[in-house]
Amino acid sequence: MSPIIDGKFPKSTDVVDELLPVSGPVEAAGSEVEASAAAAAAVESVSASLEHAESAEDRSHRLSVATLMLLVSALLFFMATKARGTAVFALSDESDSVVLPRFSVPAVPTVIVCAVICIIAAAGLFLKAPPKVRVALNVLAGLALLVGFLSWAAGDRAFPFYITAQLNGSLALAVPLIFGALGGLIGERSGVVNVAVEAQFLSGAFAAALVGTMVKNAIQAPCKLMADAMAASECMADAAPWAISAAMAASMVMGLLMAALLALFTVKYLVDQVVMGVVMNLFATGLTGYLYQQFVNSDRETYNFVPTMSRISVPGLSEIPFIGPILFQQKPLTYIAFGCVVLVWFLLFRTKWGLRVRSVGEHPEAAETVGINVRATRWQAVLVGGLFAGLGGSYFIVMATGQFVRDISSGLGFVAIATFIMGRWRPGLSLLMALFFGFVSQLTIQMQSLNTGLDGAFLSMLPYVATVVAVAGLVGRVVAPAADGTNYVK
Amino acid sequence: MAPEGVGGLTLRGMTKRFGSLVANDSIDLDIIPGRIHCLLGENGAGKSTLMNVLYGLLPADEGTVSIDGEVQHFRDSRDAIDAGIGMVHQHFMLINVFTVAENIVLGREPGKFGYLDMASARKSVRVLSERYHLEVNPDAVVGDLPVGVQQRVEILKALTNDAKYLIFDEPTAVLTPQETDELMGIMRALRDEGHAIVFITHKLHEVREVADDITVIRRGKVVGKAEPGMSEAQLAEMMVGRSVSLTVAKDVATPGATVLSVKNLRVSDPSGAVVVNDVSFDVAAGEIVCVAGVQGNGQTELASSLLGLIPILSGKIELDGKDITKNNPHDSIYAGIGYVPEDRQRDGMVTSFTIAENLVLDRIDDYAKFGRIDLRGVVGKADALTEEFDIRTPSTALPGSSLSGGNQQKLVLARELSRPLKLLLASQPTRGVDVGAIEFLHNRIVAERDKGTAVLIISTELDEVENLADRIAVMYRGQVVGIVPPDTGRDVIGLMMAGMTYEDAQVSCGVRPAAANVAAIDEGQEA
Ligand SMILES: Nc1ncnc2c1ncn2[C@@H]1O[C@H](COP(=O)(O)OP(=O)(O)O)[C@@H](O)[C@H]1O
Ligand SMILES: [Mg+2]
Repeated sequence: MSPIIDGKFPKSTDVVDELLPVSGPVEAAGSEVEASAAAAAAVESVSASLEHAESAEDRSHRLSVATLMLLVSALLFFMATKARGTAVFALSDESDSVVLPRFSVPAVPTVIVCAVICIIAAAGLFLKAPPKVRVALNVLAGLALLVGFLSWAAGDRAFPFYITAQLNGSLALAVPLIFGALGGLIGERSGVVNVAVEAQFLSGAFAAALVGTMVKNAIQAPCKLMADAMAASECMADAAPWAISAAMAASMVMGLLMAALLALFTVKYLVDQVVMGVVMNLFATGLTGYLYQQFVNSDRETYNFVPTMSRISVPGLSEIPFIGPILFQQKPLTYIAFGCVVLVWFLLFRTKWGLRVRSVGEHPEAAETVGINVRATRWQAVLVGGLFAGLGGSYFIVMATGQFVRDISSGLGFVAIATFIMGRWRPGLSLLMALFFGFVSQLTIQMQSLNTGLDGAFLSMLPYVATVVAVAGLVGRVVAPAADGTNYVK
Repeated sequence: MAPEGVGGLTLRGMTKRFGSLVANDSIDLDIIPGRIHCLLGENGAGKSTLMNVLYGLLPADEGTVSIDGEVQHFRDSRDAIDAGIGMVHQHFMLINVFTVAENIVLGREPGKFGYLDMASARKSVRVLSERYHLEVNPDAVVGDLPVGVQQRVEILKALTNDAKYLIFDEPTAVLTPQETDELMGIMRALRDEGHAIVFITHKLHEVREVADDITVIRRGKVVGKAEPGMSEAQLAEMMVGRSVSLTVAKDVATPGATVLSVKNLRVSDPSGAVVVNDVSFDVAAGEIVCVAGVQGNGQTELASSLLGLIPILSGKIELDGKDITKNNPHDSIYAGIGYVPEDRQRDGMVTSFTIAENLVLDRIDDYAKFGRIDLRGVVGKADALTEEFDIRTPSTALPGSSLSGGNQQKLVLARELSRPLKLLLASQPTRGVDVGAIEFLHNRIVAERDKGTAVLIISTELDEVENLADRIAVMYRGQVVGIVPPDTGRDVIGLMMAGMTYEDAQVSCGVRPAAANVAAIDEGQEA
């Protein structure tokens, strides 16, 4: 087709960012055409430079966060009355290659200072500090809560508070959440709500335990016949990587099967997505519980005894003081989890497939008009998500005791859902949220070893409380993919 | 077999049924390159259905589509696109959270091995936008753009494949007059370049302006071809099947006491932008005040805040001297405000409820005794209203969604007018409605005025404003730039809609001498 001669097409209105000066070109206009151009230009700039007032929603959010900060400071003042002695913090383990110095702070004054900081932050919010300052105040109050809490907890104890151990543990505890969140968010990006992450965890963990054990036993069977004791034990040990890999693969297959079940009933048979998810959770709990009770538990050696992963120190990097022991002395599944975050981000935001997945999750009718097969795309997304969620299930076996027990994931599948919602359906942000939860979980473990006198059951509630506070108070309103949860009927 | 030796797109005997409803009944249509073919028909005539079939979105029950004599079989819209057909849909098919470039390349993304090459996507959008002089920013997020620009994106999307056959399904329903003019220019230019265009609208002046061929469809059947030279009245008659009056016959208003008084009203949108800024005006009993303005200048928020749907920042609203600033919608309804929202489907009715239920939705308490609804009373009332307002439906027991747009709008107006009102507040009362229904709705609104109700109409259609208004308030960027008499020229109002004051606009249009000259003349007279 021949190129169009300039001027043949009417020039569309330029985007004008500033207000048209009333006495400027418009006044000279007079003709209707130019008047209409001016009007069209005006509308494009309307939202650009309007005065701003605080909306009711922003106001209530600001005030509730400020109130929360006041409550925190009250809590800290109460803690100050209970705190004693000095709190010692260690920047490294005694066993680390470079042992860093410890430092100590007087507990009572520190807690009081932290409480005061929270009051100041709250005051800043009440007095309508500018948005950037507000972010700083939020962070400050969060840190104050943390430092105050730790100073109280570590004050006058037999052991210091190990910061590296805290952070290293946070990463590991975040692993199942990362996988669960990735699995869930891929499906939801395509418009299929997935509340069945727990089901995928449970069934994935079960399959990992079963298959991992069987593969281990199969490989080890010839070892038992060896005469030489040394060679036999070496042979036994060689089975571990294979067993672990098989466990992980089995969990992925199981996640995939569960995802297929979800897709079949929601994408094909148009069953309500949430109802289907709830049913699947009940189904998976019941089924794995029953099989565990009836078969697996009766003969652990044959069915339920997988070798667990050991830490891998990345050569060189793990020697870096402070950072090394945190980031580079982890178990393989942790490294894989972080890699998967990048992988999923790439899939969703850098591939054609990702664009299509997101389009069917936002506006399936529009996707259909450009020839995208909505149902096929949703199937694919749910299945791919199943691989990740299932792999998350293997965490409970290969990064824990190596054995399946009833309800082994203890509701973390639901926390994973909260994780990607707080993470706004983005892989990177979801990772942050998973780390937050991992951090609080690890903190409660450390608290138990510090012997603070807090009840263990009470402590294990803390991560969930922190999640609720974060979801309700700090994260604010999140916008889901527009067609999330709606079945597509052609 | 191309008829009469011309190439192009030929539809023969197209039939499409939805259950017992025959939406398209053996329709023949010739779409010829280099011509704009207007499809004219009332709401529900079957125009969109025909185009959706042509575009491969719906399977046809009977009939053939052929291009340059070759019979086509489209399984989905991908096939239609590949055959050179592009479509701008009645409801935008854009993904709001995607950028312009992402929207345009969706379904045929550039890049190797599945990688999404956004750089070359952006580049191809720029090339396309330059080639057709349709300016868009490839990186802008579509949801942030004004409707007119979104439409440009839709057009570019349809043109990506160098589509030879372009379908525009009611593209002007959501556009401002300025944007409409621009669109017509684009269509003409595309035609001159050799594209074949199908243009669906029920705005008759648009048809007269651009059409080369006109086919009129009524109840799924082609009732004939019209000549572009025919008058609007003739076209309207062909389309509706009876003669239609295009202007409203109304007497001069006799305004009574002030009913609605708005003082220094300020309202913000959810993001906090002050979209209604220091607005003051009055509406008297027995007059119609129209708020004119380009879409998005605060009219929507003004209407919502008057009813109490959204909180205001400051200011005062009085109805009959009583302060109603803090009213919620329930209070407002019982205080005597009738409200016709901008989006009738979303805010005006519950589409899954029956027509009868929708007709009494606002006064359901009046039909309830001890919590039990008097169904017979509801149905009786509904039957009377459908009769009175000519709502075309086989039964009031059908869901609201079964009605066509014009009839849905009649339903909403019928409900609101079915109780004694002090103030009728209507946003875009005839948007997307065909001429037959417009005539009816306008007459009912004028009749309500003549009963002594104060009427406030918010409209972006200058035709409607001119037809109805006793006074015109022009809004721009959240402020009322002036309140002018109904005989003010369109060009003056057009300039005011771009923010110019009444006086300056008059000067620019030559209706009034410039201020300096006025002073000189005054001096001259004094001397
Ligand atoms: N998917 C559908 N299912 C059932 N009826 C439909 C469907 N789409 C359209 N209709 C009906 O077909 C008729 C023609 O509709 P449509 O083609 O949208 O009219 P137009 O575009 O001319 O206003 C209407 O009566 C409408 O209610
Ligand atoms: Mg239509």
